[in-house]
Amino acid sequence: MLKIWFTKENLTVTVLLLAVLFGVQFLAQAGIFTPFIMFVLIQSAIYIILTVSLNLVVGFTGQFSIGHAGFMALGAYASAIMTLNFNAPFIVSLLVGAIVAGIGGVIIGIPTLRLKGDYLAIATLGFAEIIRGVITNIDYLGGAYGLMGITQRTNWLWAFGCMLVTVMVIKNFVQSSHGRACISVRENEIAAEAMGINTTKYKVIAFTMGSFFAGIGGALLAHYITFIEPNAFNFLKSFDILVMVILGGQGSITGSVMGAVALTLVNAFLQSLAELRLVIYAIILILVMLFRPQGLLGSYELSFKLFQRKRGVNHGSHSADA
Amino acid sequence: MTEFIQQLINGISVGSIYALIALGYTMVYGIIKLINFAHGDVYMLGAFAGLYATLVLKMSFVPALLFSMIVCAILGIIIERLAYRPLRNAPKIVILITAIGVSFFLEYTTMYFLGPQPRAFPAIFKEVSYSFFGGKVTISNREITIVVVTIVLMILLQYIVHNTKIGKAMRAVSYDMQAARLMGINVDSTISATFALGSALAAAAGVLVGVYYNKVFPLMGIMFGLKAFVSAVLGGIGIIPGAMTGGLILGITEALVSGYGSSLYRDPVAFVILILILLVKPSGLFGKNVREKV
Repeated sequence: MLKIWFTKENLTVTVLLLAVLFGVQFLAQAGIFTPFIMFVLIQSAIYIILTVSLNLVVGFTGQFSIGHAGFMALGAYASAIMTLNFNAPFIVSLLVGAIVAGIGGVIIGIPTLRLKGDYLAIATLGFAEIIRGVITNIDYLGGAYGLMGITQRTNWLWAFGCMLVTVMVIKNFVQSSHGRACISVRENEIAAEAMGINTTKYKVIAFTMGSFFAGIGGALLAHYITFIEPNAFNFLKSFDILVMVILGGQGSITGSVMGAVALTLVNAFLQSLAELRLVIYAIILILVMLFRPQGLLGSYELSFKLFQRKRGVNHGSHSADA
Repeated sequence: MTEFIQQLINGISVGSIYALIALGYTMVYGIIKLINFAHGDVYMLGAFAGLYATLVLKMSFVPALLFSMIVCAILGIIIERLAYRPLRNAPKIVILITAIGVSFFLEYTTMYFLGPQPRAFPAIFKEVSYSFFGGKVTISNREITIVVVTIVLMILLQYIVHNTKIGKAMRAVSYDMQAARLMGINVDSTISATFALGSALAAAAGVLVGVYYNKVFPLMGIMFGLKAFVSAVLGGIGIIPGAMTGGLILGITEALVSGYGSSLYRDPVAFVILILILLVKPSGLFGKNVREKV
């Protein structure tokens, strides 16, 4: 068992990630990384969480959901209330946000996942709008004005740490037999059912996990921007994350990471030109769909094995397929 | 009771507009099984075309309406030609994502050039209100115009779909695209015609909304378009009388919700209706249940 865990690859990756985690923190404290760079980095980490979690639903399980912002809203509001009104420690409020979003995922998932394709898309969109509408009508949550004065708790360590946990959990889930079951649902639901896979169960699991991590993303965002309002979680936000998934490649975690980082950069640099940013988004989306519908990476995963192969370490069978 | 009648009148006027937009969704869905997310934005552009026609070209109501309908019909054909036709045989999700992309492209290009602020729609004709029940119920000529224009357009559409060659082709293609092609129907031009017709109706809705609410803005298509889509699903997507009924039901429900409850609940209620109908009878009120074949 230990031999599987402590391979050369895993150790290298761990050391690298720790180096990034503490290296960036050090550079930020030393003042070498400006606040703007830190803003981009933290936003990237949060959007990676959101994109990877949506990719689990859209890319791996093939359930076209365009209501991710609804779950973000649940996470953001639940966690903000925890820190604002109950003085909860950050970790607790993060978990509460995630769990509330996860429960929302179950409640929404069980009835709607019987729907397919377009109908599922529009139903998830509808649910996100209902969540937003209900929040707007609750005075305790600040109504349409939103919640102000949330303490800024999200820093680089939290954002990057949560991102690592999210990516690791989802990567391991996807590679497990449960993940295979999800992929089989995406490929052919009827065939998967005929092979004895409980398709509803796996759809609900994927949907719940997706919304759980969307909740974490929302909570991190709320504690970073320190201000949330219902309108921040409208269709546009879901669309932002969807574009990241599509651009990176449905069914590729590496692709999601790349898509999230790339578009966060685009966002950061075009912030003053909000309309132009969305025109560019739309054009990217249409062009990707016309010329490369599987996304930049497709379902391809970048890994250390790839570099080894390039260096000439060939395991025979790998060269034959592909 | 008078309150109820007043809300009913408001509901019917808004519902007629939903119905006009819903027809575009339903016709396009009926023929190529695509939820044309950009349809709500065609409606927005129709409103702006109407604004341009009245402000710059100094047209009166009917010419402005026709102008806007023609502009949007052409636009609908262009959108179909550039964005959807290359993807005719692509997986459904790819087409759906493209449609979302087109929608955002139209919204934010408009916003980039015209700015996000709402523009006042000129008063094309003087408002005259008629009161009933001792002034408790009022109908304005704007509401009457909306209903009359909607009825005329729907009769026209029924005529086109059932009595003309292109209508026959549309019905044939929506029934079975392959068979229609084998029978010598030009499928591509039929689909173009469907987009043109749907877009023209949406443009009419845009002008009517401009007249009714007196303002147009680049993002007006999002919520209105989604609700029109809800109407289409409610009535049974792909079924023309269904879209009309769905629009009216949704409009009236919304008016009653804002009249008796809170207007803040108006938008969520539309989506609650959508989800209930999807869960209980996904084929809509007028739809038949079609079992999936393996």
